[in-house]
Amino acid sequence: MASTILEMRDITKTFPGVKALSNVNLSVEEGEIHAVVGENGAGKSTLMKVLSGVYPSGTYDGQIIFNGEECQFKGIHDSERKGIVIIHQELALVPMLSIAENIFLGNEHARYGVIDWDANEERTSALLKKVGLKEDPKTLITNIGVGKQQLVEIAKALSKEVKLLILDEPTASLSEKDSQALLDLLLEFKRQGMTSILISHKLNEVNRVADKVTVIRDGRTIETLAKKDISEDRIITSMVGRSLDDRYPPREPDIGEVVFEVKNWSVYHPIHAERQVIKGIDINVRKGEVVGIAGLMGAGRTEFAMSLFGRSYGRRISGEVLLKGKPVDVSSVSKAVQHGIAYVTEDRKTYGLNLIDHIKHNITLANLGGVSRHSVIDDMRELAVANDYRKKTNIRASSVYQMTGNLSGGNQQKVVLSKWLFADPDVLILDEPTRGIDVGAKYEIYTIIARLASEGKAIVVISSEMPELLGITDRIYVMNEGRIVGEMPAAEASQEKIMRAIVRGEGKAA
Amino acid sequence: MSTESAPAPQGNVAEEQRPRIAVSALTTNLREYGLILALIAIMVFFQFTTNGTLFKPVNLSNLVQQNSFIIVMALGMLLVIVSGHIDLSVGSVAGFIGALAAMMMVIWPLGPFSNPLVVSIICLIVGGAIGAAQGYWIAYHRIPSFIVTLAGMLIFRGICQALLGGGSSVGPLPDGFKALSSGFIPDVIGPLTLIPPTVNAAGKTIMGSGLTLHMTTIVLGLIAVLAYAYFGVRTRRKRERHGYEAEPFALFVVKTLVGSALALFLVYQFASYRGLPVVLLVMGVLISLFVFVTKRMTIGRRIYAMGGNSKAAQLSGINTERLTLMVFINMGVLSALGGLIIAARLGQAVPAAGLGSELDVIAAVFIGGASAMGGVGQVIGAVVGGFIMGVMNNGMSIMGVNVDWQQVVKGLVLLGAVIFDVYNKNKA
Repeated sequence: MASTILEMRDITKTFPGVKALSNVNLSVEEGEIHAVVGENGAGKSTLMKVLSGVYPSGTYDGQIIFNGEECQFKGIHDSERKGIVIIHQELALVPMLSIAENIFLGNEHARYGVIDWDANEERTSALLKKVGLKEDPKTLITNIGVGKQQLVEIAKALSKEVKLLILDEPTASLSEKDSQALLDLLLEFKRQGMTSILISHKLNEVNRVADKVTVIRDGRTIETLAKKDISEDRIITSMVGRSLDDRYPPREPDIGEVVFEVKNWSVYHPIHAERQVIKGIDINVRKGEVVGIAGLMGAGRTEFAMSLFGRSYGRRISGEVLLKGKPVDVSSVSKAVQHGIAYVTEDRKTYGLNLIDHIKHNITLANLGGVSRHSVIDDMRELAVANDYRKKTNIRASSVYQMTGNLSGGNQQKVVLSKWLFADPDVLILDEPTRGIDVGAKYEIYTIIARLASEGKAIVVISSEMPELLGITDRIYVMNEGRIVGEMPAAEASQEKIMRAIVRGEGKAA
Repeated sequence: MSTESAPAPQGNVAEEQRPRIAVSALTTNLREYGLILALIAIMVFFQFTTNGTLFKPVNLSNLVQQNSFIIVMALGMLLVIVSGHIDLSVGSVAGFIGALAAMMMVIWPLGPFSNPLVVSIICLIVGGAIGAAQGYWIAYHRIPSFIVTLAGMLIFRGICQALLGGGSSVGPLPDGFKALSSGFIPDVIGPLTLIPPTVNAAGKTIMGSGLTLHMTTIVLGLIAVLAYAYFGVRTRRKRERHGYEAEPFALFVVKTLVGSALALFLVYQFASYRGLPVVLLVMGVLISLFVFVTKRMTIGRRIYAMGGNSKAAQLSGINTERLTLMVFINMGVLSALGGLIIAARLGQAVPAAGLGSELDVIAAVFIGGASAMGGVGQVIGAVVGGFIMGVMNNGMSIMGVNVDWQQVVKGLVLLGAVIFDVYNKNKA
């Protein structure tokens, strides 16, 4: 019988005005993979920050017992010395340094400040082997993909003689294939006796690798499930506090004439000018219709959408955009917005929000004309608009004066959506609208999409989650390597059919 | 996630909102109030250490005339810094424009075009063109503003010196032009003599005796204070009518009373001397304009959005390139105005005019709470920052503090203000 390696007892952490954690208990046994799940804002990350000493002992109540002794970490160095290493969701690598330099950053093999590069690289090679990464230690981080960067992070953790590895949403930005490889690696570590804590939104992953699952909701531990009790439905019920028989809101499609049409759209890469990224795409969307674009990462879906939206991506763009049968000029973002096209980005922090400004200013940014006269903003009208959309999209915040940078992912997404809803588009392109947000917020986003469709808007949803596309769309285009390789009504579609279209398309492209 | 508030039931939100806004009104404005209080504290400090010289009417006029160009340029610099850039060339551009103005008015035979007003307008246009030339590379070719304007700083200082023919100065400038800096507004209402000046035995009046008020100044001051109070009350009413809680009433009353009292005191001091300096009027109009543009106009909002997240702003339909260009054109025009003010005050163009003033201007904006990362900063902050620098200069000069040590003190104040900001932000 394995012994308990970590016990967190009655952890309570209060921020001004908010109780982020109240009496949370977590008990992890040696050699297991323990998943911690919960909605965004449930307190998972806070709990991990308490554990790793980011919030030093004294700023919270409760006990942490690691390897049989009570620990009072003053900072992240204390916890790392004990062998607790956390890998954060946002990777913390320096892009212009090499793999070896990154792995031993702050921890270099050196004498009197002079670095012994041979020793560093030798150790790096050994570590890279362990995580199954075949790269030269001298390769710059910026030259390898996100999946490999994640492996470098893990190698970096291993270099610290880790006893307990904490991974915060490790697969959030990885492709399906890289995610699988990462999970396999976790299982391999487990065989070697390592203990890990996995924080994830992706329940199928949790299902696959976790020995135990602890569910946290509203800063409390709800329950810990043993391997035999783990099922997606059970976890979801416990996460949201209600049974989610239907993950997608019901909807009665009322589909009209074609509103939005793209003909023979081609785009070349912005830097490699001879590389054609989008190769003659034709699509159309009807009034009140939700159309999905499926495809693997790198199929060119985001590039397609952004090039449509005011040429925000690529060069040598050719093709035609028709609104209600008439060709329109969408060569700049403001022209596209004027014609009633909106694009909700997949990367809300980089492209969607001004994180150092509050909700109100973010919501009105794309349609300042709607709250101003002769370029003078009507403060009262703006406030009314912001409060109205906050209510409509159910943004959880103390007021519309809260900074968007302090909101959870789901609420940030609702702010971006509100911004574009206020611009009152006829055509709404949503790029990965539910990426990185929790089950409850996802349902709310789906409800908004359904309502917009019933209001007669034409909606395009780009998503890598096939069940989501099958659940909320009316028709699905399948995209691969810059082409449309399949089109099917959602009612007739299935994950297998979509995958088959992609594979067939690959054959065609070759 | 840590900072997210607990998901509250939606029904409670309306009731929750009231006390929260009251608190947040105080905390969000704390910095602005703090800055103004710091300025008042510094003024009071120097009032004592200079034995009452600081607030003497003649010194107040001097203070305004010496520092107005810094504040004028700080208005432009605030927008530059908020939009995420920097402009190192403003001192050199000001120097160049001063030289250009002097050449046009004194040396070159331009006939009717050497009229001070015509020259000033041409100079402002040239300033705008310089801003456009620099802004073009920054906006459309994405060359870092630090580099472009560093080049501009060298180029325009060089042209300034070349134009003046090496180390010589050009002057004297016509009196009509000098009025921009050293003039006072005419008293169209006529002076009011409260205490007649003492006449000595020789039949001459004794300078500074008696008390005569410049009535136009008094009337303008009263109008400004009444307008300030009126718009404050109107905004409150409007908020309340729409069912939103404004800042607490007591806070509002105290703020308005203190602000008005301070303004009236200064107006009285000016009125008992020679009235409002022309340059103070120009500055006042510009400050009001920029407050309005940044707080109420769409273009102001767009500049903040661009500074906060340029890509998101672009994808929201904002033409960030054109906006950047406009910010630099504005900066160029204000640099030119700064240059004209300097030349008018000196009465001549000198090769070193405005030398190093870009640093004072940038310091004023940062003392005023702007963020070097862009997206954050207030016009009033920059203006108060400028006055803090100015009062310290003036006060220390009167005290006889060595110029070298004045620099040390100014540097420490800049560092202290920014540390205070960062500390506050981390605590919040």
